[in-house]
Amino acid sequence: MIKLKVNGIDRSFDGDPDMPLLWYVRDILALTGTKFGCGMALCGACTVHKNGQAIRSCVTPMSSAANSEIRTIEDLGANGLHPVQKAWMELNVPQCGYCQSGQIMQAASLLKGTPHPTDNEIDEAMAGNICRCGTYQRIRQAIKLAAGKTA
Amino acid sequence: MTQIENVSRRKFLQGAFGAGAFVLAVRHARFIPSILAQGAPLDWQSEADRAAFHPNLFVGIQPDGTVYIIAHRSEMGTVIRTSLPLVLADELDADWKRVKIDQGIGDKRYGDQNTDGSQSVRRFFTTMRECGATARLMLLQAAAARWNVPAAECSTELHVVVHKASGRRLAYGDLAADASHLPVPKKEDLQLKKPADWRYIGKGAKSVDLENLCTGKAVFGMDARMEGMVYASIEHPPVFGGKVKTVDDQETLKVAGVRQTVSIDPFKPPAAFQPLGGVAVIADNTWAAFQGRKKLKITWDNGPNETYDSAEYKKELRETSHKPGKVIRSVGDSDKTFPTENVVEADYYVPLLAHTPMEPLVALAEFKDGKVTAWAPTQNPQAVQAIVSSQLGIAKEDVVCHVTFLGGGFGRKSKPDYVAEAAVLSKKLGRPVKVVWKREDDVQFDYYNAVAAMYMKAAVDEKGKPTAWLQRSVFPPISSIFDVTQVYGDPPHLAQGWTDLPYDLPSIRIENGPAQAHVRIGWLRSVANIYHGFAVQCFTDELAHRAHRDPVEYQLDLIGPPRTLDFTGVTYPNYGADYKTYPWETGRLRGVIESVAEKSGWAKKKNGKGHGFGFAAHRSFLTYVATVVEVEISDDGTIRIPRVDTAVDAGIVVNPEALRAQFEGAAVFGTSIVRTGEITAKNGIIQQSNFNDYPVARIHEAPAHTNVYITESSAPPAGVGEPGVPPFVAAFCNAIFAATGKRVRDLPLSSNGNFD
Repeated sequence: MIKLKVNGIDRSFDGDPDMPLLWYVRDILALTGTKFGCGMALCGACTVHKNGQAIRSCVTPMSSAANSEIRTIEDLGANGLHPVQKAWMELNVPQCGYCQSGQIMQAASLLKGTPHPTDNEIDEAMAGNICRCGTYQRIRQAIKLAAGKTA
Repeated sequence: MTQIENVSRRKFLQGAFGAGAFVLAVRHARFIPSILAQGAPLDWQSEADRAAFHPNLFVGIQPDGTVYIIAHRSEMGTVIRTSLPLVLADELDADWKRVKIDQGIGDKRYGDQNTDGSQSVRRFFTTMRECGATARLMLLQAAAARWNVPAAECSTELHVVVHKASGRRLAYGDLAADASHLPVPKKEDLQLKKPADWRYIGKGAKSVDLENLCTGKAVFGMDARMEGMVYASIEHPPVFGGKVKTVDDQETLKVAGVRQTVSIDPFKPPAAFQPLGGVAVIADNTWAAFQGRKKLKITWDNGPNETYDSAEYKKELRETSHKPGKVIRSVGDSDKTFPTENVVEADYYVPLLAHTPMEPLVALAEFKDGKVTAWAPTQNPQAVQAIVSSQLGIAKEDVVCHVTFLGGGFGRKSKPDYVAEAAVLSKKLGRPVKVVWKREDDVQFDYYNAVAAMYMKAAVDEKGKPTAWLQRSVFPPISSIFDVTQVYGDPPHLAQGWTDLPYDLPSIRIENGPAQAHVRIGWLRSVANIYHGFAVQCFTDELAHRAHRDPVEYQLDLIGPPRTLDFTGVTYPNYGADYKTYPWETGRLRGVIESVAEKSGWAKKKNGKGHGFGFAAHRSFLTYVATVVEVEISDDGTIRIPRVDTAVDAGIVVNPEALRAQFEGAAVFGTSIVRTGEITAKNGIIQQSNFNDYPVARIHEAPAHTNVYITESSAPPAGVGEPGVPPFVAAFCNAIFAATGKRVRDLPLSSNGNFD
């Protein structure tokens, strides 16, 4: 039995310990804001926070999520929109929007550790998150807009 | 060709509009690309269907004043769910804050729903305006009757009808019930607003879905759920046209969560939108289905495409491109012998390209009581109805297709093979089935943008200007998925930046050669414009440099004075648009070229070692675009794109912010094509599988900044989703030459080994 906390709620899981966290949150908890894009940690659409750090849930087996605190996009703005989400909306970042949960979770994690990132730091932190619509220019601007506003 | 009727009394769409609601339906003549008529098995593409009228857009007003507008086109990131309803709201004088958008299901009564070809706004702009104006006039008449004054004395302000003489006002909601009993006015009696009076058109609005897209609440196809559903992952035949020989699923059935396996029949040629066939693993969750697939032991009959080798195929295409082909267009004495002095030749090549939308293909369907309900991220819900009905042997009307958000589409999701798979499996299993494609399936079983070889030849005078021009393209046509005998380019795709070479030259010969398809070929954002625009615009740049002339000045010289291109005697489908309404005007192309040259400071730009500027211009989807790309290339070959400038004349623009976003995105899409876009095949099997071996542009590889300049225009609205890609691709390659002196004639860069 694997025990973990997802968005502040205690959960337990007795299925295949190799199942990636992505499919646990999507198929079993029905938290579908976290997306499937590649299954190989190549695109970042599945990004969630594990103990505050951005991780790729598609390659994180349930066994290694045991006893951790997981946060998904659904909980990021649970008490009002996160500054990153506000900046995303102000600058009309999303096009199709499918990758944006992952982008936002990654950006929130970046700003937590680096409140005022440079262009290079943004590139480095966000290079693992693909946006096929090509919203990168606005993502960079939005991260700068949100900079300094995150706790 | 629009006819509007009051449908309140026949209680249409009761779900969306309650009693007392005022509902309008519009019948609209539908355009179907002629290509779809070629051997297509779907009866909705028949000649009779083309001539039919179809109800189209709906607006409903509730007594509480809420205005419902149906979005009948699919949302894949172009903000169409906002932009098109905004047009209706404008003519209605509706308060946008009181408008709610309802996503239309697949229903031919809406008219065309294939959200493809950058045509949603231009095809429905007038219809939406008329629908809004009709509703507005009827509300006005209802108020006039209530006040017993002539309608001519009444006018509308935001969400109210006003009688200025008496100062009386009635809110739209208070008039909804009365208006629902009125006859619908004739189209001739409608008064459309003057552009100066537009509230929303030209100003635009933020996406109505913005918050849901930023909070994970938007429901994509991947997120759809149904009570009692199971998950399916399908092992497709690795070679196009292959079949299952034997299946051993013993180990698969031992995987926890796997329920069973189900065979899906191979398609009967032509493939069109049929499922590819294969073996489906049915499971309690997506992961279990994926795991079960790994344990399948299948032997395949690969069929004739087993010998397909993309490297050999490239040679074949090139050889064909060097032989005389079918003449598409001829100007002057091009049928005479080509001059032999001062001749310049060049070969260009673009490989197969995959769509890779961020959301892999996915669909949920339930077959129950002889009917199918599907939830799908589809660009074309009526095509879903058609293919599901033909696969299951039920009526199209018995297929209800709900359209979810699309996690990208780029043309892939206008082909609903994946939705048909879900429906077929649901019928076999008797419960709702969600089919989930892995990224590997998405890359390996795509409808690829055609691989193309272009041969270019010009004879030039002492100023380097062509006196004779020959261009010949060879590519397997999209029509091959509907008719396996098709090998020549079909007119709609030849017309994409090839037939319509806009140069004013004494002798022009445009040809096309044959190519047999060995994979499914399909539309990808900008389609044939990608390879045609690349060849024409890079060759033009080569000629300019060879003549020691400025590429912008040189191209303007080739285009010549402003004129309307004359296609008399030439097949030129013009993106399905009426040529009188949307003529090809070289003056507008000159306009965007001059605009981007000025705004980018082209005249002052200086190329240096590892630093260069490239230029290209192209009309596609009825929109004129000129682009300047700046590149920096370090000694180790790393390419940066610090800046892109692009000027756009798309006629009337409904939502400028959405246009800017599309052109920013197009530059990134084009970056992927140039840098790494390449699908290859060996023994008929696609060699790429995921973002590791089919990379797309990431944040540090994409243009750092794209500036978009919109030309003010009163011309009818044109496309914005696709036209940004072709000129970017060529301008990027021209910039690489400017920075390095090396020509990029074969895409992508990664296969040249030069830069990446």
